[in-house]
Amino acid sequence: MLSIFDKRLKGVRAPHCKNTMDCATQQMPVPDKVFICMSQHMGPPCDVLVKPGDEVKVGQVIGDSAAFLSAPVHSSVSGKVTSIEEIIMPNGTRTKTVVIETDKQQTYHESVKKPQVTDRASFLAAVRNAGLVGLGGAGFPTHIKFNPRNLNEVDTLIINGAECEPYITSDYRTMMERGEDVMLGIQAVMKYLEIPNCIIAIEENKPKGIARMQELAKGLSGVKVHPLPSRYPQGAEKVLIYETTGRVVPEGKLPADVNCIVSNITTIAHLALYLKEGIPLITKCLTVDGGAIAKPQNVEALIGTPIKDVIDFCGGYSKEPRKLLMGGPMMGTALYDDTYPILKNNNAILAFDESLAETKPETPCIRCGRCVRSCPVKLMPLRIEDAFLKDDYQGLQEYKVNLCIECGCCSFVCPAKRQLVQTNRLAKARLRKWMQEQNAKEGGKK
Amino acid sequence: MTQNLVITSSPHIRAKDTTRSIMLDVLIALCPALIASVIWFGPRALLVSAVCVGASVLFEYLYRKLMHLDMTIGDLSAAVTGLLLAFNLPSSIPLWMAVIGCFVSIVIVKQLFGGLGKNFANPAIVGRIVLLVSFATPMTNWPVPLSADAVTGPTPLGVVGAMAAGVDASSSATAEVIALPSYLDMFLGKIGGSLGETCTLALLIGFVYLVARKVITVTEPLAFIGTVFVLSWLLGADPVFHILAGGVMLGAIFMGTDYVTTPTTELGRLIFGIGAGVLTVIIRLYGSYPEGVSFAILIMNIVTPHIDNLTRIKALGAEGGKKA
Repeated sequence: MLSIFDKRLKGVRAPHCKNTMDCATQQMPVPDKVFICMSQHMGPPCDVLVKPGDEVKVGQVIGDSAAFLSAPVHSSVSGKVTSIEEIIMPNGTRTKTVVIETDKQQTYHESVKKPQVTDRASFLAAVRNAGLVGLGGAGFPTHIKFNPRNLNEVDTLIINGAECEPYITSDYRTMMERGEDVMLGIQAVMKYLEIPNCIIAIEENKPKGIARMQELAKGLSGVKVHPLPSRYPQGAEKVLIYETTGRVVPEGKLPADVNCIVSNITTIAHLALYLKEGIPLITKCLTVDGGAIAKPQNVEALIGTPIKDVIDFCGGYSKEPRKLLMGGPMMGTALYDDTYPILKNNNAILAFDESLAETKPETPCIRCGRCVRSCPVKLMPLRIEDAFLKDDYQGLQEYKVNLCIECGCCSFVCPAKRQLVQTNRLAKARLRKWMQEQNAKEGGKK
Repeated sequence: MTQNLVITSSPHIRAKDTTRSIMLDVLIALCPALIASVIWFGPRALLVSAVCVGASVLFEYLYRKLMHLDMTIGDLSAAVTGLLLAFNLPSSIPLWMAVIGCFVSIVIVKQLFGGLGKNFANPAIVGRIVLLVSFATPMTNWPVPLSADAVTGPTPLGVVGAMAAGVDASSSATAEVIALPSYLDMFLGKIGGSLGETCTLALLIGFVYLVARKVITVTEPLAFIGTVFVLSWLLGADPVFHILAGGVMLGAIFMGTDYVTTPTTELGRLIFGIGAGVLTVIIRLYGSYPEGVSFAILIMNIVTPHIDNLTRIKALGAEGGKKA
């Protein structure tokens, strides 16, 4: 009954399955071929800057775009471009991919050197040149995120180390292995963007990570560590801002509108690496786990490495895989084969056997209200589903399906195994289309 | 490379609870009260319960089969309805009447509206009300606990109702028959009444189990029972008596928490509980029926869609209130 007065946001107690927490990151050898995709960020894909036959070196820019919402793509290897292919991404879009045969020498390109950073403009240029995107999963270009219109009003930098998805431990390994880099990155962001406060938010299920960050943050003014309850999805941007600062991001607004900038902890560590040595984002720490992997562990792989090579490095499959995920089990994308390359924003490869692959049949909604109680942004998924099934677009608007963060809590808890978040995704898309049509109609009348 | 990989939209893991596991938890939570009913009213209580469960499952099976619909008896909801209906009947009820109650509950109230999740009223409650208005005498002949030879007597609420109606309780001839039971007897269930409603102790054990298993929240039962207590006290009646007597415990814990026919938000459940409590006390004290829990829950079932609309939750960061 107290929950009526409880102001905290909900969520679900998903199983943690952090089996690989204590697995130090293993360096993966250079693969024979890499496939570097031109669409590794939110926004239009990059244009290919190389052609078949070109020799490329590590850190060389091979894809870039003049579009506002974009980040350059670098070669992660030295070798020879063999072809430019088109591949179908897991989300169904087609994108160009540069195939490079590696020479295994890993010679650095001449552009890889410590950048000259003196002021805000040169800092933001460095962030862009590093090819950084949000590594938590969304892949939003970091230099755009760091440069909101009201930058002078931003007072809090939130470092997202929640890592609330089950299985994934790569951000935790960043804290443990690259803690100094994290602090360096934080200091640089605070200095050049003139942000006085920094909150490092970490879920309580990583006590060693919290202790390590607290120790490193001791001498730094304005930096504090904020333990979060171990409740999925603490790491979702809006939830994280609310939990750490109490601020609510209004509908249609960005974190900067409530004077916050949120950045993933591994993104910050990569930023420090670029500022120190000029090495752009060309590797990624991945958690390789799931019931069908022979040796679950954390791996540092070059971007563009085929997933199959990563899995082979981890001992291959122990059982026949029936479901292969890029990302965690709550929000990750299911892949239809294992030849996909590693992207910038990948943080896990999970392979599951039959037991987790089967889809349970849907049964009727019994109105238990679990979806309502679990929704971190206080939506009513059962009412949204009802409106969706009736093609009630006004209802969808009233129930604010557009605010759904697609975390999957509703589907997770549903005892009737209804496809609630999946319905929300469809409903969001259809509502957008319907609103465009309505606007067109109204425009026609005038 | 051909790999037999399953592609679905996330999330890829689900919680363990299913509709069936929830219904099974409710059945388990009803077991203490079932045992108590057998202790107080003898094996016939078990017989009535078994017949009701069997008939309910059979009616659901036949309906789904004849209508070429998915078979749903596996979700155990029909078994729960059957057992709850049995708990709302006197143990002396003729079995054919109980079967009619099951038909009303399962076929008319539940399946004709579309089956589990679509019924607007609690099937067991409506089944009981139909039996009560159709067969008033057998439905209000309450066997006396621990009596071997089908002796019947009034329920405590019936006694109070008779007193209020002007029966002279002080005359020595009737005083013996209609003396009120002690609180302890009422708490343990050694009183006349429907077979599953009398033992407060057993029902509370079920309540604790359901809350511990997170099947229900405490909101609605506490609001219901608390309202009955406070309001009957304010109106000059004995509050402890009113929460122990009749179907308040059974109704508040097992009927007012039925997911399908009660609000989905905690605030809505609070309103539901308070409303049901108020209606129960008003019917008991001022209505012509001695007991009002069934009617109170039925009325609140009917207004549930409105409560749901009034207690919509505002989304985090949403502009405006309910308007589009």
